[in-house]
Amino acid sequence: MQETTTINNNFKSEEYFINMGPQHPATHGVLRLLLTIDGEIIKKVEPDLGYIHRSIEKMCERDSYQQIVHLTDRMDYLSSHINNEAVCLTVENALQLEIPERVQVIRTIIGELTRIASHCLWWGVMGMDVGALTTYFYGFRDREMINDIFEETCGARLTMNYNVPGGLMWDIHENFVKRVKDFVAHFKTKIPEYDRLLTGNVIFQKRTKGVGILTKEDAISFGVSGPVGRGSGFSCDVRKYHPYSALDKVTFNEALRTEGDTFARYSVRIQEMWESLSIIEQLIDNIPEGEFRVKTNAVIKLPKGEFYQKVETARGELGVYVISTGTKNPYRLKFRSPGFSNLSALSHMATGGKIGDLVATMATLDLVIPDIDR
Amino acid sequence: MGYFSNIFNGIKTLLTGMSITGKYFLNSRKGAITQQYPDNRETLKMFDRFRGEVIMPHDENNEHACTGCQKCEIACPNGTIEIIWDRGIDEETGKKKKKIDQFVYHLSMCTMCGLCIDVCPTDAIEWGQNFENSVYDRTALTRVLNEPESKVRAGIED
Repeated sequence: MQETTTINNNFKSEEYFINMGPQHPATHGVLRLLLTIDGEIIKKVEPDLGYIHRSIEKMCERDSYQQIVHLTDRMDYLSSHINNEAVCLTVENALQLEIPERVQVIRTIIGELTRIASHCLWWGVMGMDVGALTTYFYGFRDREMINDIFEETCGARLTMNYNVPGGLMWDIHENFVKRVKDFVAHFKTKIPEYDRLLTGNVIFQKRTKGVGILTKEDAISFGVSGPVGRGSGFSCDVRKYHPYSALDKVTFNEALRTEGDTFARYSVRIQEMWESLSIIEQLIDNIPEGEFRVKTNAVIKLPKGEFYQKVETARGELGVYVISTGTKNPYRLKFRSPGFSNLSALSHMATGGKIGDLVATMATLDLVIPDIDR
Repeated sequence: MGYFSNIFNGIKTLLTGMSITGKYFLNSRKGAITQQYPDNRETLKMFDRFRGEVIMPHDENNEHACTGCQKCEIACPNGTIEIIWDRGIDEETGKKKKKIDQFVYHLSMCTMCGLCIDVCPTDAIEWGQNFENSVYDRTALTRVLNEPESKVRAGIED
């Protein structure tokens, strides 16, 4: 009695689909990724958008130019002040308003604070995505100080709506300068701690080095911007090439790395925090006296024509494109959001890697989903 | 890099990280930002510019400063403010004058953008500090801001 069994040694692997999101902690919002995987190797990543689409661009066609500003808070909520600034600059340029120097300096300081706050949050969740939970608390602790500054001066912590076409809604609070100085002194001791805790960690380096590589040519052809592009050696800082507000009065270095991997993008953002601190330090001591707001008409009517303004948010280049027919509403308003272009490079970066690498790569893209969907 | 130096390196970075977390563990109250929120309600003070909700302050004679010009209603992007107005008779001149009947504020629609307060010519509305707005029924979030029997303060013109 002998049983003979034949074992099929010819294992065949099969590609299959898996859903990542829309409710997934690593996608930081309602982003759905359709993964085609073979074992654990990713063959294709297809982002599926639209879960948080609120038709902000269409609502802008309904609203007056003052009302548009508060909608941009809700796009990239982590750099809301810079979004507001972009719309206000577009309107001011179209009206050829002369903006006081005081306004420009305050806008730049708060813009850079916003950038630091955004990068703090990103650093926290980046650590969490690759398995270091503590970073989350440290990142949020330092961001809290900035949020308090915002709350005292702007009245709100996240959706600030501090800019109006023609200037600022209020003057800065009397404690503003002191609080910002305290924060700069505090945060200078914290970034080295960030480096010791996460950047130098062997596990973190193994998770990030050589993962999710995006070459400079690909970065340009995908149209990525911001720290993602600069991590690939693509010099694309709008603050350097098209300075707005008071950014032409300060000196700073553009953080640039050439490796193009996840660790390079991480290093760029850490470097950007130092640069933002330096910009704030150069401006905070001599905020010029003067008006904080230029009087505009109660009903702002832009001249007939097309207007474009780009700014550098914490995620990259945000463009505001307004077509005006001379009425109180824009005929069409298009936002060129940084997150959308950066997301398009994800499939290219993640193909061939593991699912864990996809999470690490996505963390350095720093996606804010409401910015992608609008 | 050899096998042992790998292990040594791993332990070294682990200890470097642990030294930071350990430092904060031992000095846990120093620099803590945690607020014991429901317990500190009596002492909790928001910043004076904090945008909690729109309120209409009344003075001791139950008078407010709203003339019913409806500029806030036009400025609001969401239709949060609804002014139901009426024509009253000015006691001094005997002429007909616009006055508010009800200043309806839908808090549930408000995005706290502050355009209404920015545009108000008589500073009749301002920011309130209250932020605890959870209710069981959302109709409770629709409020009439002017008190019953209140009227506009004398001498307020828009």
